[in-house]
Amino acid sequence: MSKKQKLVVIGNGMAPGRMLEHLFDISPDMYDVTIFNAEPRVNYNRLMLSPVLSGEKAYEDIITHDDAWYDDNHITLHKSAKVAQIDRVAKTVTSQNGITAAYDKLVIATGSNPFVIPLPGHDLEGVLTYRDLDDVAKMLEAAKTGGRAVVIGGGLLGLEAAAGLKMQGMDVTVLHLMPTLMERQLDVAAGYLLEKAFVDLGVDVITEANSKQIIGVNGKVSKIILDDGTEIDAAIVVMAVGIRPSLELAKSAGLETNRGVVVSDDMRTSDPDIFALGECAEHRGMCYGLVAPLYEMGKTIAAELSGQSSAYTGSVTATKLKVTGIDLYSAGDFAEGDDREEIVLRDAQAGVYKRLVLQNNIIIGAVLYGETSDGPWFFDLLKKKSNISEMRDTLIFGQAYQGGAPLDPMAAVAALPDDAEICGCNGICKSKITGAIAEKGLTTLDGVRAHTKASASCGTCTGLVEQLLALTLGDAYDPAAVQPMCGCTDLGHNDVRRLIKAKELKSIPAVLQELEWHTSCGCAKCRPALNYYLICDWPDEYADDYQSRFINERVHANIQKDGTYSVVPRMWGGMTSAKELRAIADVVDKFNIPAVKVTGGQRIDMLGISKEDLPAVWSDLGDAGFISGQAYAKGLRTVKTCVGTDWCRFGTQDSTGFGIRIEKFMWGSWTPAKVKMAVSGCPRNCSEATCKDVGIICVDSGYEIHFAGAAGLDIKPTQVLCSAKTEDETLEIIVALVQMYREQGHYLERIYKWAKRIGVEEIRRQIVDDHGKRKAYFDRFVFSQKFAQIDPWSERVSGKDKHEFNPIATLNLEAAE
Amino acid sequence: MNALTENWVTIGDISDIPVRGARCVKNGETSIAVFRTADDQIFALEDKCPHNNGPLSQGIVHDGCVTCPLHNWVIALKDGTAQGADEGQTKSYPIKLDGETILLSLTANR
Ligand code: SRM
Ligand SMILES: Cc1cc2nc3c(=O)[nH]c(=O)nc-3n(C[C@H](O)[C@H](O)[C@H](O)COP(=O)(O)OP(=O)(O)OC[C@H]3O[C@@H](n4cnc5c(N)ncnc54)[C@H](O)[C@@H]3O)c2cc1C
Ligand code: SF4
Ligand code: FES
Repeated sequence: MSKKQKLVVIGNGMAPGRMLEHLFDISPDMYDVTIFNAEPRVNYNRLMLSPVLSGEKAYEDIITHDDAWYDDNHITLHKSAKVAQIDRVAKTVTSQNGITAAYDKLVIATGSNPFVIPLPGHDLEGVLTYRDLDDVAKMLEAAKTGGRAVVIGGGLLGLEAAAGLKMQGMDVTVLHLMPTLMERQLDVAAGYLLEKAFVDLGVDVITEANSKQIIGVNGKVSKIILDDGTEIDAAIVVMAVGIRPSLELAKSAGLETNRGVVVSDDMRTSDPDIFALGECAEHRGMCYGLVAPLYEMGKTIAAELSGQSSAYTGSVTATKLKVTGIDLYSAGDFAEGDDREEIVLRDAQAGVYKRLVLQNNIIIGAVLYGETSDGPWFFDLLKKKSNISEMRDTLIFGQAYQGGAPLDPMAAVAALPDDAEICGCNGICKSKITGAIAEKGLTTLDGVRAHTKASASCGTCTGLVEQLLALTLGDAYDPAAVQPMCGCTDLGHNDVRRLIKAKELKSIPAVLQELEWHTSCGCAKCRPALNYYLICDWPDEYADDYQSRFINERVHANIQKDGTYSVVPRMWGGMTSAKELRAIADVVDKFNIPAVKVTGGQRIDMLGISKEDLPAVWSDLGDAGFISGQAYAKGLRTVKTCVGTDWCRFGTQDSTGFGIRIEKFMWGSWTPAKVKMAVSGCPRNCSEATCKDVGIICVDSGYEIHFAGAAGLDIKPTQVLCSAKTEDETLEIIVALVQMYREQGHYLERIYKWAKRIGVEEIRRQIVDDHGKRKAYFDRFVFSQKFAQIDPWSERVSGKDKHEFNPIATLNLEAAE
Repeated sequence: MNALTENWVTIGDISDIPVRGARCVKNGETSIAVFRTADDQIFALEDKCPHNNGPLSQGIVHDGCVTCPLHNWVIALKDGTAQGADEGQTKSYPIKLDGETILLSLTANR
């Protein structure tokens, strides 16, 4: 076996991550790779920090390479290891925490540092920057206590930070030095529209604002003062005023630096064994701050490292702002000039502004606001320097208007040339995507992401990629593979749940409006799901929408095939008494109930009751002390028990009493799907606890807590979550577990499916290991029970929803023929 | 009587029906479901699903349709036809509003 060469990479950001993927593609076995990362984590998608900040995504969603990827590729990753020194003579690097690694080839990819304006007070606690996950964590922490966030800088980063902090419930002020926002990417008109959009979001924007001083109290930020004397209270100050390539390390190693680490077209620094990559590199006088060029640089380095020769020749870039609800695209150069012409389209009502800047019939700049779907097409014409004189009159209306093609987005995508760029971040053209779909037999968006990287970075080209899937596969493309909640939306359950929280949506109409439902009032699939999510997330504020509930939950009984209903009262833990049985017998006689059955859930079912009779049946049952057994609910059903220490010669704990206690504590709560529990007094397990959503097996030393079982459509034995010593501790754990499921489960997803999706380890981590989290889940459950433990039967006996049970009119007319 | 001379009966007020909900009118053995949509339009269908006679009045109302509570067929409110791949039609009845008052005709549409 030939000895592998040693490749060391400093920095574990987006650029080297991509470079390594290319390298392993071309020469999988050429190098032993060691990475040093100052951040304590794996490689994640930095572009997506803003959705994490706003709550639309979680950190787990934005990981690019998980730990397994490093293992699989035999990479040594040193986390939290900032390289302090490069010794070019010995060809080693050494980190601050004392790790030394030797290299044959070295890649410096240290990215940039956020620039901090050295105002008085800039070092106070609460002055933050916006660059990595730790910054986001600090902002989220600050948002918990509320107050005002002042963001200095109205560029891309500052605005994304402002929108995110606003969505987290802070008051936000943006201070911008220039007269209009994002002046480097936008012209004045678009800057104005953007400012208006932010003001509509509830963000204060102050332009031409020159910050003078940050004032602190006890070492912590309290306000900021501007040159003109304006004072603004501030709980935090976020500086987003620009970045500086991080080059100190290269400089101290004696490499040639200027604004960045200087590289030539082969991406080598002044030392031929050392490459510089990403935001820290300066190529032909340019330092880039967007990923597309960095990925191209990465490709060149991968080729060079493999012994091929390759050249990077620079990039033109385009920008999109990733703030939900604001569509903005800009590319190229749009300053005015004598030799330049422009085409402008405005539609004030629709809030659309588009401007193209032309020079000699070639597009050199484009600004799109409000409607950006033609951005990639304009950008393509710009990059190719296409002569547009033939379509000049209709150019601004976009691609769909050209060549008499119909105004159909599919036709527009079909008409794109094969080399048209679809994914700007990753430089992926149309033919590469359609080719991969055909060759690899891809049928889903995730498949395309995995094989081509298209739509895997900032995600704004997702729509185009999906159209390509539809176009290539025809009917074989099933967009359901991306699993939207239902036909009314493109969003999946996870996104919807997160957005309900993040945007504080508190009614079904608010969800439909803000999340851009395609239908005017949802459907029978999404409405019950949304109703549940809203009840779960805002127990004290949301008003249950009965018209969005399935009939059983609306009338609190189970509909039968002939349109009659069945009624199942609670029998706590399966225990009953002569008095209860007598009351049931009386009700059955009085209302001529045709069938009485013992259910599989240890209680009694009365079947065949007409809807009109329900309130009277409940009234009589209520008089005997019964409440609804919720045999119809996506909620707690039964807690089955066995006779335990009360009677059984093997019983180790009071399984009956504990089952009753659990049922009394947890009844009434709505859950994503039904929840069934059981408590068995010993491992003989007579209450079948090991196939329940949550099951408890009593043992001599305490309680074994099981969960994620099923015995319906699927048969699944439970898994053991943990053991507990006391009833109190057990109750806290299972309540916290159910609350975690309530907050994360998809509607109609039983606990065992949710657990499979989330991972038992993660559930254990949050519920068993992290006592603080467990307590918080428990408390939230208890809080929501205040609004849930109202017996629906007695409510209806006293007149609620009367209309449900009576006809609007009773006629006795001959039907006309 | 022919279909042109409707025989209108007053059955109640629009406010008697919940928005995106339904109430029934009983006429002897027949039950007619009267629906009210989100935009306050009203429709009347026989309360029997073309699939297996499920009570449509108990379904979830969305846009111009109701989803049957028994097996989720989706039925158009305006003429009782099953949507999507399902085939069948429930009888519909002429219905109109006079101000707040709902008037129903028992002459089923053809
Ligand atoms: C009444 C009862 C049968 C009986 O006579 O014993 C029953 C009746 C129905 N079950 Fe069940 N299940 C009954 C115990 C069970 C059990 C046994 C148990 O709970 O110990 C199971 C297996 C355990 C489990 O859930 O894992 C069971 C698994 C199901 C399933 C499959 C669920 C799954 O996720 O795999 C369905 C279908 C569904 O929910 O989509 C179902 C659905 C139904 C429905 C609601 C069907 C429907 O949608 O109309 C039936 C309603 C009849 C009615 O109106 O009363 N029923 N069902 C039992 C009521 C228990 C109670 O007291 O609340
Ligand atoms: C909030 C936000 C939103 C953005 N949105 C977009 C967008 O929409 N589109 C777009 O194209 N671009 C966007 N960008 C820019 C894009 O993220 C960067 O261009 C890209 O991540 C730079 O990649 P990189 O690998 O050069 O550097 P980075 O990803 O910054 O990685 C550098 C890494 O090196 C580590 N490091 C530094 N010094 C050392 C050392 N001495 N030893 C060890 N490790 C070290 C750092 O800790 C860091 O982890 C955004 C950036 C941010 C912060
Ligand atoms: S098994 Fe359950 S769902 Fe099936 S017929 Fe019996 S009661 Fe109904
Ligand atoms: S009876 Fe309506 S769908 Fe089956």
